[in-house]
Amino acid sequence: MAALSFLDRKHTVAPPGYSRWLIPPAALAVHICIGQAYATSVYKAALVQHFNTSLTSIGIIFSIAIVMLGVSAAVFGTWVDTGGPRRAMFTAACCWAAGFLVASVGISSKQLWLVYLGYGVIGGIGLGIGYISPVSTLIKWFPDRPGLATGMAIMGFGGGALVASPLSSELLARYSGLDKASLATSTVPGSAVAKLFITLAIVYFIVMMFGVFTIRVPADGWKPDGFDPSTVKQKAMVTTNNVSANNAIRTPQFYLLWIVLFCNVTAGIGILEQAAPMIQDFFRNGDTSEVSKAAAAGFVGVLSLFNMAGRFVWSTTSDYLGRKNNYIMYLGVGIVCYVLLALLGSTHTAVFVLLCAVIISFYGGGFSTVPAYLRDLFGTYQVGAIHGRLLTAWSAAGVAGPLIINRVLDSRGEPGKLVAGDYRPALFIMVGVLAVGFIANLLIRPVDSRFHEKVEHHFIDDDNSADPDTVPAK
Amino acid sequence: MSESTTTTTTPTARIVLAWLVPVIPLAYGLYNTLKSALKLFTQ
Repeated sequence: MAALSFLDRKHTVAPPGYSRWLIPPAALAVHICIGQAYATSVYKAALVQHFNTSLTSIGIIFSIAIVMLGVSAAVFGTWVDTGGPRRAMFTAACCWAAGFLVASVGISSKQLWLVYLGYGVIGGIGLGIGYISPVSTLIKWFPDRPGLATGMAIMGFGGGALVASPLSSELLARYSGLDKASLATSTVPGSAVAKLFITLAIVYFIVMMFGVFTIRVPADGWKPDGFDPSTVKQKAMVTTNNVSANNAIRTPQFYLLWIVLFCNVTAGIGILEQAAPMIQDFFRNGDTSEVSKAAAAGFVGVLSLFNMAGRFVWSTTSDYLGRKNNYIMYLGVGIVCYVLLALLGSTHTAVFVLLCAVIISFYGGGFSTVPAYLRDLFGTYQVGAIHGRLLTAWSAAGVAGPLIINRVLDSRGEPGKLVAGDYRPALFIMVGVLAVGFIANLLIRPVDSRFHEKVEHHFIDDDNSADPDTVPAK
Repeated sequence: MSESTTTTTTPTARIVLAWLVPVIPLAYGLYNTLKSALKLFTQ
């Protein structure tokens, strides 16, 4: 369609003089919007009441969205790489906004399946495409500091929940006529949630459009001032060759990294899922806990901050330490932290909070460092597509992490009566999970040259084809 | 093409304005989260 030709890759090539520092805010704009996915707890209770159903039925909305994130990132990854970031971001914005609108119709008409379809399926596709859309572009703009670049964007995903949570509370209070203080104790009507969804659809679409119109790909041959590509060749774990997405999934490196990401996320989700009751249980005396509900909610806030900060700080650090060394730290120090948490976590709240904060910062760092690790191993050619396929590890960990924790806790007693000792088996299982990831990371070596592309790849500039053009290597 | 060309032709004001788009909501979110997190140390 001619009207949408502005989305073509050829129209997104940066003109001379375009600053690369305009790319991170474009990526952040998209990630902050889709990060709303982790702020669904604000209106969960209202939807349970509105649909007169169980918490599990409402929880499925979020589960569908996360599964669709992994599936769509894997399925559309190659299309995102070849079609360019603007087309991908535009599609993500349309899906994300449409998802909210369809879900809003579902709430208004009391059709839960429409909420599943809207927020879960359509919104979930927006999540997957939006998450990977700026990654390869950022890596191409920042060949000298890919960890910093992807850390900035993926930090936005963690930050998105911090923004959406208070914003949703403000809007729900306004639409329901309740004051903010009574939101926690009163039931918000479904009509207020429907209005919230319409508002979020409009606001997120506008903010994501800023990303769509700001994003650019660098022109062929562009490199940052003072950057010498030959310095990249000096690092043993960093390749200057390229591996296609189809070839990448034939390498042991892809599966080892899949295991690394899966283990790191599983261990982190284990704590995130259970954060508020966990801190109360660790400091329980009989039927009461030394930690109040408000303080437990504050603990969740502390973890959110460390999750977000870890995404930026650790990914940036990986530009200096090397990706493999960073994961040795995430998984190795993570093991030590989990052991200390199991043995000493109940001695003092400061010890407990500090250990959990470190673990969650590594959880965030694991997400944001992985695109740069993929770039190091497989090159920039189809790194977005490879990243998309790797994100299936996130979906799998999203199931495994809570399952491990909940199964162990269910076998130990009833919620509200658990103590620190009841968490120990689950924590030691997480130590084992991290150890598996640690070994998988140690086994990662540079990709065998037989998987390298034999030709240089360029993207077609003169039509809308989604396929990359290839020319013989010079 | 090098970044020295880039930085001379993209107005700094445009870069600052572009950064404000994500920074303002992030600052709002951080402020609210910090307020909530403080309860851990005060209650």
